[in-house]
Amino acid sequence: MKRVIAIVILALLALSGWWLFRTQARQPVSPSASEVTEVTLKDPALIAKGEYLATVGDCASCHTERGGVRYAGGRVLPTPFGNIPAPNITPDRDTGLGGWSFEDFWQALHSGMGRHGELLYPVFSYTSFTKVTRDDALAIFAYLQSLPATKQAAKPLGLGFPYSVRNSLKAWRALYFQEGEYQPDTSKSDEWNRGAYLVQGLGHCNECHAPRDSLGGSQSKPSLAGGQIPSQNWYAPDLSTQANGGLQGWSKQDIIDLLKTGQSARGTAFGPMAEVVQQSTQHMRDEDLRAMATYLQSLPPRVAVAEQKSPLDTRPILAQGAKVYMERCADCHGKDGNGVAGVYPPLNGNSSVNEPSGINAIRVVLLGGFPPVTKGNPRPYSMPPFAQQLSDSDVAAVVTYIRQSWSNHASLVMERDVVKNRHTPID
Amino acid sequence: MKALSAKLWLARRVLGAWMGVLILLPFGALAQDAPHPDIPDTLQQRIAACTACHGVHGEGTPESGFFPRLAGKPAGYLTRQLKDFQDGLRKYGPMEYTARQLSPEYMHEIAEYFAAQDVPYSRSPLPPLSPATLKRGEELVTHGDSSREIPACSACHGTQLTGVQPDIPGLVGLPYDYISSQLGSWRTKTRATVAPDCMNDIANRLSESDISAVSAWLASRELPADMHAQPAGSVTPPLHCGVLGDKGDGA
Repeated sequence: MKRVIAIVILALLALSGWWLFRTQARQPVSPSASEVTEVTLKDPALIAKGEYLATVGDCASCHTERGGVRYAGGRVLPTPFGNIPAPNITPDRDTGLGGWSFEDFWQALHSGMGRHGELLYPVFSYTSFTKVTRDDALAIFAYLQSLPATKQAAKPLGLGFPYSVRNSLKAWRALYFQEGEYQPDTSKSDEWNRGAYLVQGLGHCNECHAPRDSLGGSQSKPSLAGGQIPSQNWYAPDLSTQANGGLQGWSKQDIIDLLKTGQSARGTAFGPMAEVVQQSTQHMRDEDLRAMATYLQSLPPRVAVAEQKSPLDTRPILAQGAKVYMERCADCHGKDGNGVAGVYPPLNGNSSVNEPSGINAIRVVLLGGFPPVTKGNPRPYSMPPFAQQLSDSDVAAVVTYIRQSWSNHASLVMERDVVKNRHTPID
Repeated sequence: MKALSAKLWLARRVLGAWMGVLILLPFGALAQDAPHPDIPDTLQQRIAACTACHGVHGEGTPESGFFPRLAGKPAGYLTRQLKDFQDGLRKYGPMEYTARQLSPEYMHEIAEYFAAQDVPYSRSPLPPLSPATLKRGEELVTHGDSSREIPACSACHGTQLTGVQPDIPGLVGLPYDYISSQLGSWRTKTRATVAPDCMNDIANRLSESDISAVSAWLASRELPADMHAQPAGSVTPPLHCGVLGDKGDGA
C-alpha cells in the first residue's frame, strides 16, 4: 500500500516537476563547451588546492570501497529507497571521469546532473555541493584528474520501482533542491562566512545533522538541528551550542578539538562521525576549523522540549541501571559521569547521550570500540563492547540511568529499542 | 675573587640542578600515571575493547572456543587479521566495527602486545572420530595429498606446527571447533586475505571430511614443550601466498 501511494504521489509530483522544469531542460554539455584547458588542470598548485578541498568534502569516504582503491568507487550506500553504489571518479576513460570536461563536472556538482543530462540521485549530496564556488570545483576536478586512472565499472543500482525512474527526481528536486553558489552574508565576518561556506557546502554537514522526511528530503529549517541517519541508524545530534542546543555550552575550542583529534572535553566522535574525523576534518587547517566553529556557535538557540513524564514507575529501572553503571561504567566514566579529561568522555551533559532517540547510547554500550585514531590522538583509549555481557534489560536500564542522571534529563529507553539495535552496523 | 665567584657559580649550578631534580621528581612520578591517577597509561588499559572478549593476556575463551586465543600468535599474522577485518576481507561484524578506525601503526602495536603474551595452552574437547579419520588427518597435516595438490600443513606452519615468524600462525593448541570453522569460512568466503589467497585454495581442495580429520588430529596433538613460533626463514613455503609477500617458491 505504501508503495502504491508513493507511486501515485511521485507520478503527480513528476508531472508538476516536469511542468516547472520544462523550460530549464538542459542539453548534455559538449567537450568543446569547456573553457578549461589541459594546461590549467595540470597546474600543481591547483591540484594541491583540490586535494585539500576533496579532503574537506570527504569525497573518498563514499567514492572508495572498503579495502579498495581510493576514489575508484564501489562503496554501496544504503538508503530507505534502495542501495546506491558510489561511482568511480578516477580519470579512467571507460569507467571513471576520464572523458569528462570541467563543465561536465560542474554540472554534476552544482546542478546534480550527469554528463548526459540525467538527473543524479541526491545520495550524492549536490543539495550541499551546489554551494561550492566554481574556483573550488575546478581545483577538485584538477585533483581528481591527476589521480592514477583505475578501471572499475560501477555496480548496478539497487533501486526498485518507482525510485529507479530517474525522472521522478524532477519532483524531488522541485521540493528539496535549490541550486546556487554560497552567497556571503556581508553583515558577518570573513571567518563566519568561511565557516558557513564549509559547513553548508563542501562539508555537507546538514546531510546527516538534519531530520529527513519520508521522501528522503532534508529539512533545511532550522538547519543542523539533528536527525536520525536513515538506514545507518545513528543519530547525528543538533549542532547548536546555544540554549537547548545539542552542543549547548561547547566552546569554540571544544568543537575544534573534536574535529581535529576525535575527542573534546565534551564528547568523543564515534560511528559515522569517527570516519568523518579520521578521513576529513583532522586534516583540515586550523583556520578552517576555527571558521567552522565560529559559524556553528552562531546557530540560534533551540526551542525547549517539554520533559516527558513516563507513565511507568521508573524507579526499579533506574535502580537496576545504577547497579550496572557502578559495576561496568563508573571505573572509567566516573560515578559523577564526568569521565576523565583527555581519556574517557563525560556522559554528563554529553550530546550523544542526550539525543532524542537514545540510539547512540544504546549502540555505544553494545559495540564499544575505539575513537578515531588521529594525529592528535594516535593511541586512543577504547571501550569494551557489552553486547555479549549485558542482557537487553540491563542495557535498557543502564542507558536510561545514564540519560536521567546528573544534569541529564533525556527520555527512557525500552528493551525493544535495544533489541532493534543489536546488529552491528558495518557500512 | 674571580675564582671564588666561579666556585659560587658552580655551587649554585650544582645546587640548582639538584633542586631541579627534586622539583621535577613529583611531576615525573605524576607523568607516569598521566593523565589520571586511576587510569594507567598502558596499552593494556587502552585496548579494553579487545581484552573484553579475548582476555587481558589474549587467552581467549578456550572452554567455548568462541573468542579465539591471540596470545603468542606472530605479530605479522595478527596485524594482517586486523587489516583484513578493516578491509572487509574477513567478515565478522563486531571485529570489522572495532578495527575500522585503527591506524596501521596502532594495529601493529596491538598485535605486538598479544604476540608477546605467554599464557599456558589448555586442551579442548574433541568430537568422537574414528582412528581412520585421525590417520587421514595426520597424513594430510604431515604429507598433504599430492593427488589434489594439497601441501602438508607443516610445509608452511613449521615442522612443530607452532607457526613461523612473523606471518604464519601455529596450528597446535587450537580447539577443534576453531580450526574447522576457519577452514569452513574460507570456503564460504567469510574469511579471505590478500591474493593469492593460498589458504582459500587449500580449504577448497579439502573435502568436508578432510576438514574434520585435519582439525581433529591437530586438536588432539600433544603440545610440544616449546610452543613459540619458529624463527623467520625456517620454512620454504611451496605456494606463492599474498600474506607472505614473495617468499613462496612456486605453486
